[in-house]
Amino acid sequence: MAALRKSPETEADGGSTTLGEEARVIDLASSSVRELNAELHSPTARRYRVLSPRGTHAVAVGIDDDLDVHVEGDVGYYCGGMNQRGRIVVDGMAGPGLGENMMSGSIRVRGDASQSAGATARGGLLVVEGKTSMRCGISMKGVDIVVGGDVGPMSAFMAQAGRLVVCGDAADGLGDSIYEARIYVRGKVGELGADCIEKELRDEHRAELVELLTAAGMTDVAEDAGALGEFRRYGSARTLYHFTSEHAGSY
Amino acid sequence: MTSPAERGLRESATFDRATIAGIQHAAEHGVYDIRGWGAKRAVPHFDDLLFLGASMSRYPLEGYRERCDTDVVLGDRHAQQPLHLATPVTIAGMSFGALSAQAKESLGRGASEVGTSTTTGDGGMTEEERGHSKTLVYQILPSRYGMNPDHLRAADAIEVVLGQGAKPGGGGMLLGQKISERVAEMRTLPAGIDQRSACRHPDWTGPDDLAIKILELREITDWQKPIYVKVGATRTYYDVKLAVAVGADVIVVDGMQGGTAATQEVFIENVGIPTLAAIPQAVQALSELGMHRKVQLIVSGGVRTGADVAKAMALGADAVAIGTGALVALGDNHPRYAAEYEKIGSAAGFYDDFQDGRDPAGITTQDPELAARLDPVEGGRRIANYLRVLTLEAQTIARACGKAHLQHLEPEDLVALTIEASAMARVPLAGTDWIPGRSGF
Repeated sequence: MAALRKSPETEADGGSTTLGEEARVIDLASSSVRELNAELHSPTARRYRVLSPRGTHAVAVGIDDDLDVHVEGDVGYYCGGMNQRGRIVVDGMAGPGLGENMMSGSIRVRGDASQSAGATARGGLLVVEGKTSMRCGISMKGVDIVVGGDVGPMSAFMAQAGRLVVCGDAADGLGDSIYEARIYVRGKVGELGADCIEKELRDEHRAELVELLTAAGMTDVAEDAGALGEFRRYGSARTLYHFTSEHAGSY
Repeated sequence: MTSPAERGLRESATFDRATIAGIQHAAEHGVYDIRGWGAKRAVPHFDDLLFLGASMSRYPLEGYRERCDTDVVLGDRHAQQPLHLATPVTIAGMSFGALSAQAKESLGRGASEVGTSTTTGDGGMTEEERGHSKTLVYQILPSRYGMNPDHLRAADAIEVVLGQGAKPGGGGMLLGQKISERVAEMRTLPAGIDQRSACRHPDWTGPDDLAIKILELREITDWQKPIYVKVGATRTYYDVKLAVAVGADVIVVDGMQGGTAATQEVFIENVGIPTLAAIPQAVQALSELGMHRKVQLIVSGGVRTGADVAKAMALGADAVAIGTGALVALGDNHPRYAAEYEKIGSAAGFYDDFQDGRDPAGITTQDPELAARLDPVEGGRRIANYLRVLTLEAQTIARACGKAHLQHLEPEDLVALTIEASAMARVPLAGTDWIPGRSGF
């Protein structure tokens, strides 16, 4: 792994608990993604900088450790897939399946994310500072997702558990066939998906929203009462929980 | 009392009694019939093939003395730790949820005893299953219920499921009566609701995406584990070619007779192609790519006997998987439960209501009292016995054909009894050298 080298630079990223430690540098221009992931699965450092990702797929997948990984550039599919405990920051754009099936830890993307961000994820915090494409939070199973911009169509499709916060707009089909996940949207919402309805946003929900925005580092919104007042809450009408042909129009 | 036929009454072939009952069920309840099991209609099958045993022109092996090996290596294309099974008869994917924990444990015990693998299902991996299965294949399904990287790493192989023979192109519906607290917790859903399983994966769409998905799975598991791709049999030739292209180590093709825990009757009986028709398509695709025996082919859907195992392998499969047969071995549809089957509107030999959780044999249920009827140790013994018999039967046939390994069986050892089977299996009609569509008119 010749491309591994110590970096004297100090990390300029948030969320890290190990500031001050040296970051090990892995340059994907000279190392393979296989070498990167092998290193992250048997780590010899606590902090990593990943250079030249250039849209590489499966960057930093399957982490099962208390690591900080700072990816400096755009990533392809499935970055941070199935992450456990790792804290991943992508200083760029992310392709489809960002943080799919994440269990814990956090992933932050400074730019936009493609479709199926946070798909089936079961825990942890996924932050996309820009916008996401369609199916954000599809089949989410407990993760918290905070999106700074808009989300595309069919987001939170069949969402089972967890919370999705959208600071921009949500396109058509939001929350289609949703189960018990909770959705907060600040901007405009297109046509809601089957069995998804707007619900009253009570104090406990407002508190939850503030907690999520704060955790995501979006304190400007979290501390702005006016902005908070623009959010609306969506969830399941629970009419599809028991199958009957009388709902044929919904299927 | 004389039967209707004896009294000269004529039943409609078009509106037979099962059809009439179906119409009346729809009219009464306003829902289609959801049931378990696989296709019940008669389709060309392994029964329509016969082996040409050795005689003058071929040399048989001595039945009880000469070796006929049965082992198979699965997944050595890319994986650093391929599976090496003692018998090519594996246990197909069936979920905890669809099956009781006792049934899953029984399958694990039986399979481990004879050196073969079991497979998880839509609902994640249970401790019982991992603990009792020496070799466990972990399924990744569209719903990703219970999907967990720890389980991915704990598995011996990974099976990406695109579909199954009973319902290619369909998702699932586990009805509320089977969603116990434990099943609900594993699937992150409220207990008691009808749980819908998606038909498409949430984070990839076409084969180009799947290739990247498989790359991700390999990266997560450090390229250690074989990755299977399972498809329901439909456009098998193309699906198998694509499965090779996306990087599968092993391809599982499940014919329409393959079972399900809960699917619409109309789906089970009308979508997909018979196992017999699928195998030659799969083998052709692999052969054209130079990948036959390099990417292994597992065939499932209606495998009941060692003859079926041998026929599937002669057509080019590397291994088979059994599901319904294994449940029957555990006691499903056993006459000892005849009175109880009658009470729930079925009969021994006809029971297929795996979806409703009232299985008298305690197999397809989450009811603790019913499930307790199945002793996992005894169940494991029965599965092991059945697997051994299947293997011995296949060996018997292979030796008669002069083969020292089950994998040496070949299409040349087979003939077909019907024109349909001959055309599908691409082996000659018995007593002729004619294969419809292949060797002139």
